[in-house]
Amino acid sequence: MEGLEQIKARIEAAVPGAKIEILQNASPSQQHSLKIDNQHAGDVAKFLRDDPALRLDFCSNVTGVDWLDRTVKKTVKVKKVIDGEEKEVSETTEEKITGYLEAVYHLFSMSHKHGPVIIRMQTTDRAQNVCLTSLTPIWRSAEFQEREIFDLYGIRFDGHPDLRRILMWDEFEDHPMRKDYREPDDYEYEPTPHDEVLEKAKGHYVSRPELDGAEKITTQT
Amino acid sequence: MSAVIETLEAMERPPVSMGSRLEGELLEVSMGPQHPSTHGVFRMNVALEGEIVRKLKPVFGYLHRNHEKIGESVSYLGSMPYTDRLDYFCSMTNNWAYALSVEKLAGIEVPERAEYLRIILAELTRLQNHVSLLGFLLNDMGAWGTPLMYAFREREKILDLFESLSGSRMMCDYMRFGGCRVDASPEWLARAKKIVDIFPRFVDELEQLIVGNEVVIARTQNVGKLSRDLAISTGITGPMLRACGVNYDVRKVDCYGFYPRFKFRIPLGEHGDTYDRLMMRILEMRESVGILKQAFEQIPTGPIINPKVKIRAFRPPVGEAYGRIEAPKGELGFYLISDGGPNPYRYRVRPPSFINLTILEDMCLGHTVADVMVILGSIDIVMGEVDR
Repeated sequence: MEGLEQIKARIEAAVPGAKIEILQNASPSQQHSLKIDNQHAGDVAKFLRDDPALRLDFCSNVTGVDWLDRTVKKTVKVKKVIDGEEKEVSETTEEKITGYLEAVYHLFSMSHKHGPVIIRMQTTDRAQNVCLTSLTPIWRSAEFQEREIFDLYGIRFDGHPDLRRILMWDEFEDHPMRKDYREPDDYEYEPTPHDEVLEKAKGHYVSRPELDGAEKITTQT
Repeated sequence: MSAVIETLEAMERPPVSMGSRLEGELLEVSMGPQHPSTHGVFRMNVALEGEIVRKLKPVFGYLHRNHEKIGESVSYLGSMPYTDRLDYFCSMTNNWAYALSVEKLAGIEVPERAEYLRIILAELTRLQNHVSLLGFLLNDMGAWGTPLMYAFREREKILDLFESLSGSRMMCDYMRFGGCRVDASPEWLARAKKIVDIFPRFVDELEQLIVGNEVVIARTQNVGKLSRDLAISTGITGPMLRACGVNYDVRKVDCYGFYPRFKFRIPLGEHGDTYDRLMMRILEMRESVGILKQAFEQIPTGPIINPKVKIRAFRPPVGEAYGRIEAPKGELGFYLISDGGPNPYRYRVRPPSFINLTILEDMCLGHTVADVMVILGSIDIVMGEVDR
């Protein structure tokens, strides 16, 4: 199979206006991925599926990833003049990256037996703009998996034929796979709560009237 | 007189379904979740016209425990026993798929003997999975009990092997990153070889019962047909895909483990109906027996685990990896993202039976309710894996 650089160049030639970015993967697995923009996702996916040299007809794995707000520290060596002498000083700059949600697709080819080509799409933030283009019209294997991402991560897929919750029940409100998800406090706590559960359970106790119990009993002298 | 005719007309009108949420004159039936042939807690909302299925929506999640979230909160090794609970029929292949992904993520080599042991155990798993599937399928078709008992007799032998090797029959927790947990003794290998050697006799017997059986043919041929193109686009894998005539087996395509060293063929179906899917399992069992025989001959001595792999404070480098194997039910993949910490940042399971269910509605449309059970049985689902 051709390299990602080549695939990127061919996509950009075939789909005018598509913004493709290669994301490097430092791990020994050497599985790098293509970041595609949301607007042209449908056309890019169609190209990847139908191009005779690629023919990525099998979309194996579709999944979501949640990235929280994070700061990336970068150390850059800068030459500075200190006390009339030129010195090399390392400066750390902090870059703030706002959190986003991501959908990752692992594509293989059943006719040419190659792969994986990994494509990913990112939302702009985690709260309001969580819409991505659904690729279910291109690969139907994404149907249940995109529903699962919607259910567990809360990414809305435009153009999905039947976007409902799949694993959680319909009335459920939150998205449990998000990194900042907090389980609701309506658990049935243990009959004799201890440790963490005790701390949580304290919130459920009614405050007791002052003279009702053991804490007022004074030790006998 | 006229009043009588009116009532007769009214009687001839098709009955209006009561409280149906689907359109038209359809009757909505909820099959499951406690139906014996749904193999667990699986529900189908079926719209029926008479006895013909016009619409079918699978409903699941009854067994959902957010396996992936648990995976993110424990260490890499801590997830290994949890993978047993995904597809609880095939814990060995689940272990292998997870170990393979972590090995890809951290760049770990596996010693030769361990690779052979993995292949032996994966193929034994395939045997016992297929054999119990056939038993269940015949059970669903109305052959109550007897075929299932014979199938389970064979399965028990293999589970006994698992038990004597790993200490547990189903929750084996056997593989480790860079190898296996315990070594197989020569006695164990001899015992396994004996079981594998006589296994084809049972397959012959079962095949004889199935191939020409009039009832089986009537219930399975031309039922739940699946076209090649639809099968590829819906991403179904494993014996189901190969029954449609698509030559795609991860063992041959990815060449993971030592599979390129083995001689085996990939059985392919022709029609993509339930009968082909059933026969696919029988043919695959024969090939697995062939692989096992070669493995027992070739298995070398040596270490079973890579000593360089850290057990405590195992932290793979930052990055991601997707590893997949051919599990008995289809392509089982694990997708891991590491942020350099002791727990995976993202831990994703690509379960074959979950994705194979995408096609269920298409296969069932136009068939009767009784066929739905057979079609569902031939997909081979395990709810532990579907719901995760």
